[in-house]
Amino acid sequence: MKWRVLGIALVLAAVLLFPRVAGTYPVKLLQEILIWGIFAMSLDLLMGYAGMVSFGHSAFFGVGGYVAALALTHWGANAASGLLVPAVAAALAALVIGYFSIRVSGVYFIMLTLAFSQMFYAVTFQVAWLGAEDGIVGVPRPRLPGVDLNRTGVFHVYVAAFALATSLVLWRIVRSPFGHVLRGIHDNEARMQAVGYAVNRYKLLAFVIAGTLAGVAGALYTQFVGSITPEAFLWRTSGEALLMVIIGGTGTLLGGLLGAGAFILLQSLVSSYTERWMLLLGLTFILFVLFAPGGIVGAIRGRIGLRA
Amino acid sequence: MLVSDLLAQALNGLSYGVLLFLLSVGLTLIFGMLDIVNLAHGSFYMLGAYAGLATVAATGNFWLALLAAPLAVGLIGAAMERAVLRPLYRRPPLDQVLLTFGFIYVFEDVVKSIWGGTIRSIAPPDVFAGSVRIFGGAFPSYRLFVIAFGLVMAVVLWLVIERTRLGAIIRAGVYDAEMTSGMGIDIHRVFTGVFAAGAALGGLSGVIAGPIQSAQPPMGAAILIPALIVVVVGGLGSLKGSLVGSLLIGQAEVWGKVWLPNISMAMIYFVMAAVVLLRPQGLFGRPLK
Amino acid sequence: MTALLELDGLTRYFGALGALNGVSLHLAPRERRAIIGPNGAGKTTLFNVITGHLAPSHGRVLFDGRDITGLPPHRVAQHGIARSFQRTNLFPRLTVLENLRLAAAADGRGSYSLFGSVARLTAPLARAREVAEAVGLAERLGDEVGRLSYGEQRQLEVGVALATRPQLLLLDEPTAGMSPEETQRMTRLLAAVPREVTILIIEHDMDVVFSLADRISVLHYGEVLVDGTPDAVRTDPRVYEVYLGGRDDA
Repeated sequence: MKWRVLGIALVLAAVLLFPRVAGTYPVKLLQEILIWGIFAMSLDLLMGYAGMVSFGHSAFFGVGGYVAALALTHWGANAASGLLVPAVAAALAALVIGYFSIRVSGVYFIMLTLAFSQMFYAVTFQVAWLGAEDGIVGVPRPRLPGVDLNRTGVFHVYVAAFALATSLVLWRIVRSPFGHVLRGIHDNEARMQAVGYAVNRYKLLAFVIAGTLAGVAGALYTQFVGSITPEAFLWRTSGEALLMVIIGGTGTLLGGLLGAGAFILLQSLVSSYTERWMLLLGLTFILFVLFAPGGIVGAIRGRIGLRA
Repeated sequence: MLVSDLLAQALNGLSYGVLLFLLSVGLTLIFGMLDIVNLAHGSFYMLGAYAGLATVAATGNFWLALLAAPLAVGLIGAAMERAVLRPLYRRPPLDQVLLTFGFIYVFEDVVKSIWGGTIRSIAPPDVFAGSVRIFGGAFPSYRLFVIAFGLVMAVVLWLVIERTRLGAIIRAGVYDAEMTSGMGIDIHRVFTGVFAAGAALGGLSGVIAGPIQSAQPPMGAAILIPALIVVVVGGLGSLKGSLVGSLLIGQAEVWGKVWLPNISMAMIYFVMAAVVLLRPQGLFGRPLK
Repeated sequence: MTALLELDGLTRYFGALGALNGVSLHLAPRERRAIIGPNGAGKTTLFNVITGHLAPSHGRVLFDGRDITGLPPHRVAQHGIARSFQRTNLFPRLTVLENLRLAAAADGRGSYSLFGSVARLTAPLARAREVAEAVGLAERLGDEVGRLSYGEQRQLEVGVALATRPQLLLLDEPTAGMSPEETQRMTRLLAAVPREVTILIIEHDMDVVFSLADRISVLHYGEVLVDGTPDAVRTDPRVYEVYLGGRDDA
């Protein structure tokens, strides 16, 4: 246990000190990895722990992103606009979408969550006051007391803090009684019902928590880039998060961050050597699904000999 | 609007619907039989278009492309099923769905590496290169060909499924694969066959779409969603549902853009969601087990 | 004495097939009732209707005076009815302790806690250990279900149902597929269940039935054919014909 804490502290330190040693581009890459890592970890709560494979998680990423963009632009660039309001909006969206989606499972759950996120895509794509195809641009970063988020180094700590906080929150949730119930539901939903659990309520709560965190990721993304487009809602965005979770390791939480890292590094680094990063990504993903269902984390654990 | 405009729109919807049908019929039968939502099915559409492009470039003959493209894509589909999907049959169906998602990237990039990312056009065959006058308006005769061809294919498929022994086996397999296998039929061969045939039909749809739509690598991912909507609305596993669904969605897309340009896209997804929630078996699908 | 469980004309059709045809039954508190009958007689369907997995086409289920007909399974469980399944229905990737703990914690207290710790929910843990002891799995608490033998899994199957502290325990062929020793162990286990727990058990093994049951109900083609003490049922010619007929009995 002490080694794990030490390891995490080291990684955290490395992440925080990264801007001192690296140029702007790698630092931005790391920030993108951290933000997507939050998104992927939130999906892992749903997929890896509750066993709900959603193809519409981008809905909440997008809601967080768009609400942040609107709020920061029109209601003042502060923490409430940039984080609180988007998180609440994402939570509400997750409550509504989750309420309906929970009623179905398996393939139908995939189709329904997909349909919902595509609805958001369609609306933001076609509606003029949301920027239509071009989305919303020129979004300022929140003004926090005593802190200037427009400086890369400062924004870096800000993003890293959120990634850390999300990891900790999810880590606690997964180990909590609630987390254990989710695992029971994943393993045998019917028996959980038969012994008396109101399974739908737990699933909905998991959905809302995951959606809220995805919304936070979306809000951070808007702040990172300074804009948001309908593509945030696209099913391919959901798919990318799915890829990250699986490559990193479903049901490991940390896998979300690792998977995001693998994906984004592949996309950026590999694409500077060869144009075929998509092919490599697809093949990697296929190989992982076929031969390494535990993802990167599973592979590492196997090497060190720890139980999954 | 003039009558000719209205008719043109309806015919556009019909030609789009027919393309959707050829693509979605494979998707729905694959789901019905193997319980896999083949997310890479849109890729078969794209591969068909490019196979067609290659054949036309090599031989100048569009009709040859109509034969070669489905054949090529069918082979790719068969290979994909045998090599990659079959080992996963013992795993939960969700694993297989995720796997097919990875193939979207693979197929798109392979095509991009061979043909580049720019839009390539395929010329329609000379005999259909012109247009026909309908109620005073000009309508591309190629699209009429597409409509006719598609409807003929629908009839052919219907005959095969409903009137042949092979079709009976397929229907039995869609209804209950385990039981069909227990009746002494090599169900794995049937799986491969259905997957390959579905892929081939998708490829056929792609090559036919070429002169209308032009070919570009993301076209597969783009058409996947409409195809999924058709399958959901029509009913997973139903040929009739696939036909009715695609014709409906075809008209909905076209008229939606005309009458409700701001929310037409969202409405279609709303319908998809409503169907999944209220009548998951769609219009003609088998009632859920 | 008011019945703990009252089944009133339960009927269930599957298409044209009547799986249950007006089954009526009164189960007294603390009673041990066995349901026997040939395969396809509707025994498991009956359980499914009682526990809410299936809705009846007609009829009512009354538990402790309350109408629970058509309630979803988790609500039925919350009323105090627990069930074990004919085909082992456990949490495959979890340990024996966790299987039992989850069942014991199903009353919901503390289960929504997002940041707490499972170790602090002492009541379910204690109950889980207690039940593990009762079903003979005290040595296997840390083992995953996959590591257990078939017989041990069946013991856990009953344990999970017991862990919820039910008033009524429905057991669906608990000794299915067991060897003679395993069956004996299960019989002792079941005999040791406290009398406050009313038991309704589906069984094919007549030795188990006769050693546990106060009364026996014979189900045939979805109807209760005979309902009486073990001796009465044993000697009833109708039962002999329909079910025990052609076999050596005892």
